[in-house]
This record gives sequence, C-alpha cells and structure tokens, in this order.
Amino acid sequence: MTTIYILWLRQLKRYIRSKPRIIASLGQPLLYLFGFGFGFGPVFQKAGQGNYIQFLAPGMIGMTILFTSIFSGIELLFDRQFGFLKEMLVAPQPRLLLMIGRTLGGATTAIFQGTIVIVICVIAGFRPASLSALPMAFAFMVLVAILFTALGTTIACVLTDMQGFQMIMGFLIMPIFFLSGALFPLKGLPTAMQILTRIDPLTYGVDGLRGAMNGTSNFGMGFDLLVLGGIALVFMAIGARQFSRIEA
Amino acid sequence: MIKVEHLTKTFGEIKAVRDVSFQVGTGEIFAFLGPNGAGKTTTIKMLTTLLRPTSGTIEIDGLDPAHQQNEVRKRFGIVFQDPSLDDELTAFENLDLHGALYHVPRKVRTERGESLLKLFELWDRRNDPVKQFSGGMRRRLEIARGLLHTPKVIFLDEPTLGLDPQTRNQLWAQVKKLNEEERVTVFLTTHYMDEADRVAHRVAIIDHGTIVAQGTPAELKQQTNSETLEQAFLALTGSSIRDEGADSNRDLRNMAAMWRGRK
Ligand SMILES: Nc1ncnc2c1ncn2[C@@H]1O[C@H](COP(=O)(O)OP(=O)(O)OP(=O)(O)O)[C@@H](O)[C@H]1O
Ligand SMILES: [Mg+2]
Repeated sequence: MTTIYILWLRQLKRYIRSKPRIIASLGQPLLYLFGFGFGFGPVFQKAGQGNYIQFLAPGMIGMTILFTSIFSGIELLFDRQFGFLKEMLVAPQPRLLLMIGRTLGGATTAIFQGTIVIVICVIAGFRPASLSALPMAFAFMVLVAILFTALGTTIACVLTDMQGFQMIMGFLIMPIFFLSGALFPLKGLPTAMQILTRIDPLTYGVDGLRGAMNGTSNFGMGFDLLVLGGIALVFMAIGARQFSRIEA
Repeated sequence: MIKVEHLTKTFGEIKAVRDVSFQVGTGEIFAFLGPNGAGKTTTIKMLTTLLRPTSGTIEIDGLDPAHQQNEVRKRFGIVFQDPSLDDELTAFENLDLHGALYHVPRKVRTERGESLLKLFELWDRRNDPVKQFSGGMRRRLEIARGLLHTPKVIFLDEPTLGLDPQTRNQLWAQVKKLNEEERVTVFLTTHYMDEADRVAHRVAIIDHGTIVAQGTPAELKQQTNSETLEQAFLALTGSSIRDEGADSNRDLRNMAAMWRGRK
C-alpha cells in the first residue's frame, strides 16, 4: 500500500509543480469551447441538434482527460531518459505495485484537469442537467482516466525514445479523440466510420458523460460503464505485463 | 559478500563480459577498473538484478540475484553511472521516496535521512528541488540515497565523474568514513586511478570483458614495476583507445541534456 501511495504522491507532486503544463493543457479545451463552440453553435442549432456548448462540454472533459492521462503514462519515457526509472527498477518491489501507483497517480492528475475543464465549461454557459448526476459523471471520469493512463504507460514501455511519440500522437491519440463523438454526434456516419467509432474506447466515455450530465446517452450508461471498466482492466493488465518486462 | 564465478554476458555479437570471476569480502572497498567499454557497468548491472547473466553464477550475501531478486535488492544500494534522481522532487523527497520503496519505517527514514544529508553537506538544501542542484550535489545526494536503507553493499559506478578535485576528495572521505563506521562493503568503478589507489583495499582490472589482474594496489604496482597505479593500469591494458559501441540510451541522454541546455 505504501508503495502505491508513495508513487501516486510523486505523480501528484510533479503535476502540481509543473504549472506551465497545467495551463498549457487547458489551452486546447478553451480553444474548442470558445472558438469552435461559439463559432459552430448557430449551425448546430439550425441543424436541430440543440445547444452546442451543452453538447460539446462532456466531449471537452473527455478530451482533456484523454490527453492528460496519455501524457502522464508516457511520462515514463522521461523517467527513462532522466534515469529515475532505474531507481524504481532496482527497488525491492513487485513491478505490479509500481505500475499501479504510477497509473493511479497519473489518473488522479487527469481527473483534476477534467474538473478544471468542467468549471470552464460552466463559465462558458454549460449547465449539467442535475447535480445528482455528478457522481455518475465522476465515475466515468475515473474510468476514462485509468484506461488511458494505462494505455500511455503501455506505449511508453514499448517505445524506447521520444521519436515514436509523434507517430503515436498522429495515428492513435488524435483519431481516438476525433472518432469519439466529442465534437460531433455519431449519427448518420458511413458504416466504416461507424465501426471505427464503436471501437474507440473514448466513445463510451463521452457517451457516458453526456448521459450523466445531459441525460442523453446513446448506448445507456450501464453499458458504457461496463465497456469502459472492461477495457480499463484489460489495459491495466497489458500495461503491467509490459512494465514488468522493461529493462533499464 | 560478493562472489562471482565464470560470469559472461553477450549482447548479440558483442561479448561484453567474458568468464569473469572474483570475490569481495565483507567490509572491503573493491575497485573495478578498466578502459571505456571494458564491461564494468554491464557487470554491475548483472550484480544488481538489472541484467540477467548469459552464463556464470553470482552470489550477493549468499543469495542469487537472478532468482532472489527482491531479497538481493534489499541488501545493496547503487549509484548508477548516469543520473537517476527525480529532478522535480526535493532532496528530502527523493530520499523519502527511496526509503518508502525500501520498506524503511518513516521514523528511521527521517532520522537516517537527516544524518546522511548532514554528512554529505546537503542538509541546508534539503527542501530545494534537485533541478537546482549542481553536478556534485546531485552525486552526493545519490550516494546518500543509496545508503539510506543501510545496505550491506554499495555499488558506485563512476561516482566522481565530472566532479572537481575538492568534491572528489571529500566524497571519498565520506565513503571511507561510512565504510569504517558501518562496515558497508563498497564496490566502485572510476577512471581516476589515484582515487582507486587511495581508497580501495583491493583492485581488479578488466579489459575487453576479461579480468587481466587482481590484487591490492601495491601488489599491482609491484607486479608491473610501476610507480603509480595509473602506470600499472596502462601497462596492463595497453595505451590504445577503445572503440566504444553505440549505446542508444547514452545518445538519448545526450540529446535530452542538449535539449534541456537549450531551454
Ligand atoms: N544494452 C547493450 N546492448 C548492446 N551492447 C551493450 C549494451 N550495454 C553495453 N554494451 C556493450 O558492452 C560493452 C561493455 O559496456 P559497459 O557499459 O559495461 O562498459 P564500461 O566498462 O562500463 O565502460 P565505461 O567506462 O565507458 O562506462 C561495450 O562494448 C558496450 O557497447
Ligand atoms: Mg560504465
């Protein structure tokens, strides 16, 4: 338990101390909300889809958690570069605990970041359907955060340097974001796209968040929870396996 | 304390360590010397569970690092050739994290952390983030950290690399003091022969993955008719410069260092 706690705490300290990073990572949701949200809002409304900010906000929360989690997982690459990884690997600790501590720490920072975005969304005019829905929304945030931190960790175990990172960003992370329905409704898409959106784990996160915050879920929140929980477990398992194999 | 027999490690074609055997007694200061690429770091990695030997046997305090990993890990401390601190954390936090990972009770962690920080003259800077530390301060902190869990053996892989003579002398004085007071066995590597001569009880010289000589510094000097250990070293290993194989991690670190420097 101490092991998990101490590594969790380390991630948190690193997060709180990197204020530039916190601010920088809020730029993107701000841009989408204010630029996209207000620019695109009237069109969206005319198309009969209702208030765009209301639609967009859960997507932005999902997006922020996606990026923050993936990055905190990939931070493992920095640990490798700056050498701290070796310190962890020679410690008399099961690798599984090290991995869990790191992942929970990264996920916690992503949830913080998501919470800040909720506040920003509310300032931009977003109104959750009811306050009682917030615990449910929180559950989705936790699952999405854990899932993608574990994915980021797995990626970092496989990559050995930062060069592969651009590729992962372009061919994995951005598609996950765009295909999740964070920006547009997933209706009336061509079949191929439809399938891709269904494979994308973030789709269920965004759908669940919309269900909890707006009362409009496509798949049903129970189903979303189940899918996310399942994938999160699988990713944790894969991440732990990869982490137990890395050599210094 | 350390017993190595017929240890071999190959990376694909490269034979980094070939049939190396040696022993280090409890409380001894043992210097493992050799030119660049001789196989020193590779040997240390095998001793410290980071690499599996291709063949041969290792015993640390009677245990086998390949099979009793965690038991062995509790018994040694290590200062890696490359930096391994968390830059964002303070000196104290780095120590504390280490202590927690090594199951050191909080109270002991704080007390021993304090005495080590004082010994290595970092106590006044304990709450500063490590990224504000100079190379010498980082190195001292790493040694303090390696000793925090009161290991039986400490591995020091080029601990004085890049330090000024004052810091180097002081650092060895501190290591010697701990060796005498706590009987911690010290396994060190360095490229400064005068340091090895002054500090080490016994020396092994490794070249191209094989041990070419072992003994006390005096014995090695006598054996080669040399005045200094450096002359003995050159007599034993020749004066040609070693080709260094590319080390991807090293390139990475250089890149990272450049990148950080530019910021
Ligand atoms: N992971 C690896 N893959 C392939 N070759 C390696 C690897 N690690 C080390 N080597 C090779 O093994 C040899 C011994 O390297 P090692 O790092 O042990 O030398 P060293 O004695 O510590 O040298 P230095 O004084 O420069 O630190 C070198 O030829 C090196 O290129
Ligand atoms: Mg070396």
